[in-house]
Amino acid sequence: MLRFILTRVSLVIPTFLGITFLTFILIRLVPGDPIEVRVGERGIAPERLAALRHELGLDQSLWQQFLDYVGNVLSGDFGLSLVTHNSVLSEFITLFPATLELALCAMLFATLVGLPAGILAAVKRGSLFDHGVMGASLTGYSMPIFWWGLLLILFFSVALGWTPVSGRLDLVYYVEPVTGFMLIDTLMAGDYEAFRSALSHLILPTIVLGTVPLAVVARMTRSAMLEVLGEDYIRTARAKGLDSGRVIGMHALRNALIPVVTVIGLQVGTLLGGAILTETIFSWPGVGKWLIESINRRDYPALQGGVLLIATSVILVNLLVDVLYGVLNPRIRHAR
Amino acid sequence: MSAETSTNAESAVTVSRPPHPLTEFWYHFKQNKGALGGLVVIALIALIAIFAGVIAPHHPDIQYRDAILTPPVWQEGGSWSYILGTDDIGRDMMSRLMYGARLSMMIGLIVVTLSLAVGLGLGLVAGFFGGMADVLIMRAMDILLALPSLLLAVVVAAILGPGLVNAMLAVSVVVIPHYARLTRAAVLAEVNKDYVVASRVAGAGPLRLMLIVVLPNCVAPLIVQATLGFSTAILDAAALGFLGLGAQPPTPEWGTMLASSLQFLQRAPWVVTWPGIAILVTVLAFNLLGDGLRDALDPKLKR
Repeated sequence: MLRFILTRVSLVIPTFLGITFLTFILIRLVPGDPIEVRVGERGIAPERLAALRHELGLDQSLWQQFLDYVGNVLSGDFGLSLVTHNSVLSEFITLFPATLELALCAMLFATLVGLPAGILAAVKRGSLFDHGVMGASLTGYSMPIFWWGLLLILFFSVALGWTPVSGRLDLVYYVEPVTGFMLIDTLMAGDYEAFRSALSHLILPTIVLGTVPLAVVARMTRSAMLEVLGEDYIRTARAKGLDSGRVIGMHALRNALIPVVTVIGLQVGTLLGGAILTETIFSWPGVGKWLIESINRRDYPALQGGVLLIATSVILVNLLVDVLYGVLNPRIRHAR
Repeated sequence: MSAETSTNAESAVTVSRPPHPLTEFWYHFKQNKGALGGLVVIALIALIAIFAGVIAPHHPDIQYRDAILTPPVWQEGGSWSYILGTDDIGRDMMSRLMYGARLSMMIGLIVVTLSLAVGLGLGLVAGFFGGMADVLIMRAMDILLALPSLLLAVVVAAILGPGLVNAMLAVSVVVIPHYARLTRAAVLAEVNKDYVVASRVAGAGPLRLMLIVVLPNCVAPLIVQATLGFSTAILDAAALGFLGLGAQPPTPEWGTMLASSLQFLQRAPWVVTWPGIAILVTVLAFNLLGDGLRDALDPKLKR
């Protein structure tokens, strides 16, 4: 078991180094060096330029610079934002819980709706319900989510006035951030009004971000169930006289869940990518919106650090899914 | 299922030869009504894109200052000269959407061609030569795959600078790993089969083996992926346009159109509705077609 985990972890290291190299190189490709970007059009004296270049290590070879960068990253130094002069890591850590809360809710929504829909569609294969679910999920999968978000705002926030348009919490409430998750923080503070406010802010972004994963989960569940339902042991279970609820729930679902769990794990990347659009539409104060703002402000250290941190979290989640998978399914653990 | 058995029995009696692969493909493909619908819609959009200059009622960039934010014709105040309404500076929505179709189809075509060519090349090399080349290429692909695709596209577009061409490049880079992996897997499945060994023994060089012997037997999954690639390309390019990192105004790209009229969302919902519907319908059509192609080309799924 330990060996399995260690192999998986060691496989991740080259990927992490590769991502680090990628973010390092990408930022070098930006026209103009970081000092010119920082100085702008005011100009700078040649001696001062040389001093600054030395200070930032820009006079060293690219290779040396990369090693320094990796060293800094490993010791948790992701540089300073050019705009706020705060550490990129601390800005990221402040904003990340908002994105995580949104992503978790979206995933929960996708699973809670997609799983039953997929199971029912498979059980009632060829029925109107099946066609409806398949059509809806293909539409959801094809949805430009930025537009979908705008439509939902137009309908539920503007026309009906049911939900707020943007943000995480009404300004009248203040909750001490403990976990960074608004739903938990408001509950811990015992402020139920604030909790309701946080919840109503969360609904639309959750639906928007969850739409694509929902479509994927529903489709995957349906096809996995169809495959499993055709197996011999299902026929045996039925022949044995078990009622169909038990056959579907106990015998079929368990095995159908394996590919579904993988797909859910793989959706983490989609979620964090989709968060960029969702957070921009709903002014959600998370890392996605922060990245787009950093791009618009030409804050390259923030962009670099942010991308690296997001990529790292995706890698870590995938690693976690991989390991969990091995724990749950011995065949995979012993395969290599 | 019974229909298929009966046709097989019939063909066994009347025709001794098996049907041409294309005939067989079409037989399976046309069973899928959704895929047929997708094909028809795509053909329509392609026609609109090609003949946009002829059929569009107005020039996409001309501003009719006396007709700003005219609603669609069926709403009060609508006019037949602007069937789908006008935007915030009086440009005809329908004409802009038609020219936008031209852009979206072009984006899809260029992105798919570019990423397919690069991904195919990388996959062939990795699958054929194995060893170090394989490890290096596939590790690099893994790295690209570890990043959320939209995030990577956003970063590439931000670094290259906003614009349609750069957005297309960004989206192409993001999807290369899919083609590389598919090609490699297909090559690995084929490369040890007898016909390949036979050609090798007969003295075929590596290029001939790669491109003429093996490649034709790997195209089925690539065709499916390329079709689905159109929808990804159109969707991602529109998202970049929406974020201000893709095509710049006044280009009538659908995502850019959406973003530039955001503040009129409440007053004139049609300026936001139409481009979104255009994106959704096009992407949906390509996804339907891709699903249909997969079902028709993949023998495992044939009913």
